[in-house]
Amino acid sequence: MANLTNLEGMIDSSPIMKDFADIESSKLPEYQIDSKIPEGPIAEKWTNYKAHQKLVNPANKRNLDIIVVGTGLAGASAASTLGEMGFNVKNFCIQDSPRRAHSIAAQGGINAAKNYQNDGDSVYRLFYDTVKGGDFRSREANVYRLAEVSNNIIDQCVQQGVPFAREYGGLLANRSFGGAQVSRTFYAKGQTGQQLLLGAYASLNRQIQKGTVKSYNRREMLDIVMIDGRARGIIVRNLVTGELERYAAHAVVLATGGYGRAFFLSTNAMGCNGSAAIQAFKKGAYLANLAFTQIHPTCIPVHGEDQSKLTLMSESLRNDGRIWVPKKKEDAEAIRAGKKKPTDIPDEDRDFYLERRYPAFGNLCPRDIASRAAKERCDAGYGVGTGNAVYLDFKYAIDRLGEDVVRDRYGNLFDMYQMISDDNPYHTPMMIFPASHYTMGGIWVDYELQTSIKGLFAIGECNFSDHGANRLGASALMQGLADGYFVLPYTMQNYLSDQIKVPHFTTDTPEFDAAEKGVRDRIAKLMAIKGTKSPDEIHKRLGHVMWNLVGMGRTLQGLVKAVDEIEEVRKEFYSDLRIVGSADDLNTELEKALRLEDFLVIAKMMAIDALNRNESCGAHFREEYQTADGEAARNDKDYMYVSCWKYTGDNEKPILIKEPLKYEAIQVQTRNYKS
Amino acid sequence: MEKTISVNLKIWRQRGPKEKGQFVNYHLDNVSTDSSFLEMLDMLNQQLVENNQEPVVFDNDCREGICGMCSLYINGHPHGPVQSITTCQLHMRKFNDGDTITIEPWRSAAFPVIRDLMVNRNAFDQIQQAGGYVSFNCGGAQDANSTPISKEIADVAMDSATCIGCGACVAACKNGSAMLFVSAKVSQFALLPQGQVERKRRARAMVKKMDELGFGNCTNTGACAAECPKNIPLSNIARLNREFIKAKFAE
Repeated sequence: MANLTNLEGMIDSSPIMKDFADIESSKLPEYQIDSKIPEGPIAEKWTNYKAHQKLVNPANKRNLDIIVVGTGLAGASAASTLGEMGFNVKNFCIQDSPRRAHSIAAQGGINAAKNYQNDGDSVYRLFYDTVKGGDFRSREANVYRLAEVSNNIIDQCVQQGVPFAREYGGLLANRSFGGAQVSRTFYAKGQTGQQLLLGAYASLNRQIQKGTVKSYNRREMLDIVMIDGRARGIIVRNLVTGELERYAAHAVVLATGGYGRAFFLSTNAMGCNGSAAIQAFKKGAYLANLAFTQIHPTCIPVHGEDQSKLTLMSESLRNDGRIWVPKKKEDAEAIRAGKKKPTDIPDEDRDFYLERRYPAFGNLCPRDIASRAAKERCDAGYGVGTGNAVYLDFKYAIDRLGEDVVRDRYGNLFDMYQMISDDNPYHTPMMIFPASHYTMGGIWVDYELQTSIKGLFAIGECNFSDHGANRLGASALMQGLADGYFVLPYTMQNYLSDQIKVPHFTTDTPEFDAAEKGVRDRIAKLMAIKGTKSPDEIHKRLGHVMWNLVGMGRTLQGLVKAVDEIEEVRKEFYSDLRIVGSADDLNTELEKALRLEDFLVIAKMMAIDALNRNESCGAHFREEYQTADGEAARNDKDYMYVSCWKYTGDNEKPILIKEPLKYEAIQVQTRNYKS
Repeated sequence: MEKTISVNLKIWRQRGPKEKGQFVNYHLDNVSTDSSFLEMLDMLNQQLVENNQEPVVFDNDCREGICGMCSLYINGHPHGPVQSITTCQLHMRKFNDGDTITIEPWRSAAFPVIRDLMVNRNAFDQIQQAGGYVSFNCGGAQDANSTPISKEIADVAMDSATCIGCGACVAACKNGSAMLFVSAKVSQFALLPQGQVERKRRARAMVKKMDELGFGNCTNTGACAAECPKNIPLSNIARLNREFIKAKFAE
């Protein structure tokens, strides 16, 4: 790194950004962004688009092949819907069955603007809440469309036989989630993601049975094959045999989830990774808004160094649980030393800090705010447990509703908590702490969900769209299914309509040969290092860097240090990695190493994106930019844009490209959850 | 406060489906009782890698008891000695210092071993593909509230739908039967109005596929429900039997 010695007192990274990125080239005409937002008033854009887009007739659909990578809510719903339409779909997952994708673990619910509770909800309000929740860093037109199709999702899922919670009258029940003043969240116990995914999996199975979708499990995509500047296929590694396999198609859809495991510890599944995003990046697709990573406030705190993952406690718990820490430091110290129990602290000595700071939303303020507030209290010395935990207390709900009602609402979550922590949350408050959970950033896509590579689409968590700088609870399921069921199957046809004369591709071409060789060489290079450290050991080291320096509170100095330290970890990776076993065989260590190699690239890009953004907004909190009372200080004048990054080489500086955000339907304002 | 224990592990290791497997003994010190069972296996694998040995292969993913990926027969029980949880939710505080823990893969003709503790459960997908769905195309659904469903029925359907498809029921059954798995899906749709149209066809198709794939017959032993990490009740099997007989008579 060049000339970074005089960082002291510096808060604006602009003078040093040129050391990390190419920020000048973005002015060149070839880097102007076309987000393809349709004309017209916001409420008519999607209708207009659908009315005028190009379609593919049924006879031609049969002749078009589509690869969908991933089988979570977005991937499974897209693959099944494209299959229903008559396209030939090939669908890939790394797990042993499409039903295992990590969408399955989503607990709390899915939002929709049905207004079944007659509490004033509407498409506009869901749209508004989502844009505001995202701290005015999302694309208006996309979010409006999301809100618009949200109601169709609920209809679709009920028809599939998803057993949503119901009232005694037989109609659907709702609950509230953070960042909303209405009850618009549909749920199936604490297993909403499971039920929605099994619904999509069922539709997928129907298409597999019909032969329109072919399902490939235990396969991991390791490269995207480009022919004449378009995505035309993929190289996958068969995780059982170790063989490399080639698949060709007219278009490729990535639905590969988020890269939250860059932090090593996260609520993501062990196999979640950002590799597809990095493959797309290296082929020229932009990555966008990587600074925006959601740190979820209600996770079970870390217990020790051997920990492999963190478990989320659903945000729905904040409907009835009250979050607090002791008001007096000596009480917090006594609790940490095991001399006092939380139940020993009388109400007047409890600091319900969210209710205190954010009276209008209280315990239901958005995730980024709740997470930061917990960190603030713990940093100030009021944390409980190891010092990095706060209480989530159901005493008040039990007093008000009775234990049976609380058990009915949250029983399985309480059981899960007790299993992990060995504490009974009916009798003593839960301990919670924030953890990496969801990545708002990801592969840049236009309104049609197409990346900056022709024929390459990205849906669900792996794209950057819709959530801006912070995602509201119960909106991930909504976005995944919106993209897969109702958006992509339409927008993709606009691309495919001019592909109908392109015959089926074979994999017997120089492009596939070269891509496969590239993957083979990459694997051989890693196998040849023969060092001493397992991928997990190095990954943990990366996780520490990310959590400490690119986590909830970031500073210019910290981020510069992070880039350096990530570089150190990268050096260790390439010089001291050990992969036992062979490359041409089932090898879980090799799988981890390949994913880690990509996490190292993503981690550095996350730090650079955070360094570039000299403001605090949503989940991105730069400590230099805060108001007198500790709230995020956004800078709309300079940063109201999507930061897109273009790859230029492994050791080259990425190019920053800006997509300006324009708000026409919504008046931009300071996000306020206080009154 | 953190407590650590030492454990002896007796783990089934097998290179591939056709190869002969055997138990291998390992010893592990300093296992935190706050660790999960799979974190303990991570520690073992770290130790193996340090000695340049291949790690023990086992399926796992979400590590919060919902994806159904983890399996393992631990001390003679699918998902270990604690009821109503998956292996990934099992914690080392349930074991004592010096314990010997025996770890085997699911053993069933329909689930061939891939490597060590990892098995092939594709048969479950094939059963679902035979009829585990409501046939309709995306976009054609009516308003979600246009068909009321009583809370009681919805709750029972939800209990059936809770199945995570892990295969513990098959592994627990002396006959290797998949009846609990199949009955859970058939029940969910048999209970809900959306599943009525294809009710008979679904029961026939899924049972036929199950039989084809080499799963054993049900002899009402109940081990499946006793070992199910999600407490899928045995009443589902009774319902499947009724559904199947009705469907057969209707033929």
